[in-house]
Amino acid sequence: MTIKALSGNEAVAQAMRQIDPVVVAAYPITPQTEIVQLFSGFVSDGLVRTEFVPVESEHSALSAVVGAAVAGVRAMTATSSNGLALMYEVLHIAAGLRLPIVMPVVTRALSAPINIHCDHSDVMGARDSGWIILFSENAQEAYDNVLQAVRIGEHADVRLPVMVALDGFVLSHGVERVSLLEDAAVEAFIGEYQPTVDVLGDEPVTVGALALQDSFFEFRRQMAEGLYHAPRVIEEVGREFEGISGRPYGLVEAYRTEDARAVLVALGSTAGSAKEAVDLAREEGLRVGLVKVRAIRPFPAAALRELLGGCEVVGVLDRSLDYSGQGGALYTEVKAALHPLEGRPRARGFVYGLGGREIGMEDLVGLMRELVPSGADVTYLGVRE
Amino acid sequence: MSVKPDMPGWKDIPRGGLILEAGNAFQYRTGDWRSRRPVWQKDRCKQCLLCWIFCPDGAVKVEEGRVVGFDYDHCKGCGICATECPPAASAIEMVPESEFAK
Ligand code: SF4
Ligand code: SF4
Repeated sequence: MTIKALSGNEAVAQAMRQIDPVVVAAYPITPQTEIVQLFSGFVSDGLVRTEFVPVESEHSALSAVVGAAVAGVRAMTATSSNGLALMYEVLHIAAGLRLPIVMPVVTRALSAPINIHCDHSDVMGARDSGWIILFSENAQEAYDNVLQAVRIGEHADVRLPVMVALDGFVLSHGVERVSLLEDAAVEAFIGEYQPTVDVLGDEPVTVGALALQDSFFEFRRQMAEGLYHAPRVIEEVGREFEGISGRPYGLVEAYRTEDARAVLVALGSTAGSAKEAVDLAREEGLRVGLVKVRAIRPFPAAALRELLGGCEVVGVLDRSLDYSGQGGALYTEVKAALHPLEGRPRARGFVYGLGGREIGMEDLVGLMRELVPSGADVTYLGVRE
Repeated sequence: MSVKPDMPGWKDIPRGGLILEAGNAFQYRTGDWRSRRPVWQKDRCKQCLLCWIFCPDGAVKVEEGRVVGFDYDHCKGCGICATECPPAASAIEMVPESEFAK
């Protein structure tokens, strides 16, 4: 184990170097650029055996990675924002073909207006493409998640692609203390790639054939089953990863929720700030806690019911809008998860930080102060009226 | 609902829509799509085999080097055979399927 000062992008690039995929095809986009830049350096320095395919767009990047994966090898790419949007068609193809591609996504607002900073509208727009989606709280988690994503996606009961989200600039460019595993430990953890399809092999196989009214539905139902197995696999892989790293991972993480009257639910880097805010609010005598959602696909509804069922108010933080008129995506999904509970807690939604607008400790503590007394449904936090 | 009970369920099909068997396109009856049917007039046919060469579906039946008719399970009625049949012969007529349903 080596401790280094790394940005989230550098940590992800190191994870990719250790995974040593046979093919990486990528197109640079802010704030992901550095991942591709660093990784292509590893290729030219001979530190990986990867065939690096520089392409002319993100649609081509993921298409090339799909092509490599159907040829029976580990393949990766990385993107952000509009790049992810341009991949939209191929996202569904990668999942439909059951290819365990791993893709870090450095979250950034979608245009227009153009903006290069963090929000989660890119990933939220792709959340029902059949990919497993993990969020990272810090650079360490981004590194750890990329390594675990390989095992989760490639698991025989899952066989699906995995996105690892890390917050643009906040995590991608912020430098932190990151503990890297030894190369050999990563090699042993991810293991040898076991392809389930290989168009270059000896057995004939047709990939991407037509399936009409008589069979398409069955293929989608089968794909959903892969996602339904994922919560168990994410937890199993998390436990195994803890064994080699000392860092535990599951579907969600609870912070000071045991006796909490009000619990915040958050994703990504904000979950890290919210832990600090919970400590400050508790010093004021507020009984508050936090649940960090790590996996948003599949959605950890059962785990959330267990953790949130006993509190009075749940406040959900969304760094995106879903335009349903009901707040953000995380809020509506948390509400749906709580619905089966009798005497369920009241839920409140907070939309914040679009286009990289900062959320400070004062904002979070202030929010916790009025979480129980206020009855508002959806609040836009820090927008000028 | 048009669920076909004789087809395998989702637990019994290859993952990712893969087809693991070679050459099974023959089992897929594209003839179901046809709205016009090529009708071959044997007495006008010059046996030039142009229809057989051009048919994209291999649906022109040939025995011992001679056209003998069409495989209607796979002919999807594109009409290429009728177009390619030399005008002097005009041995293939495209007839609406509705004529046969009467
Ligand atoms: S109509 Fe088309 S598919 Fe049918 S026999 Fe003629 S060329 Fe072939
Ligand atoms: S193209 Fe016309 S003339 Fe030639 S073999 Fe076919 S039906 Fe006969």
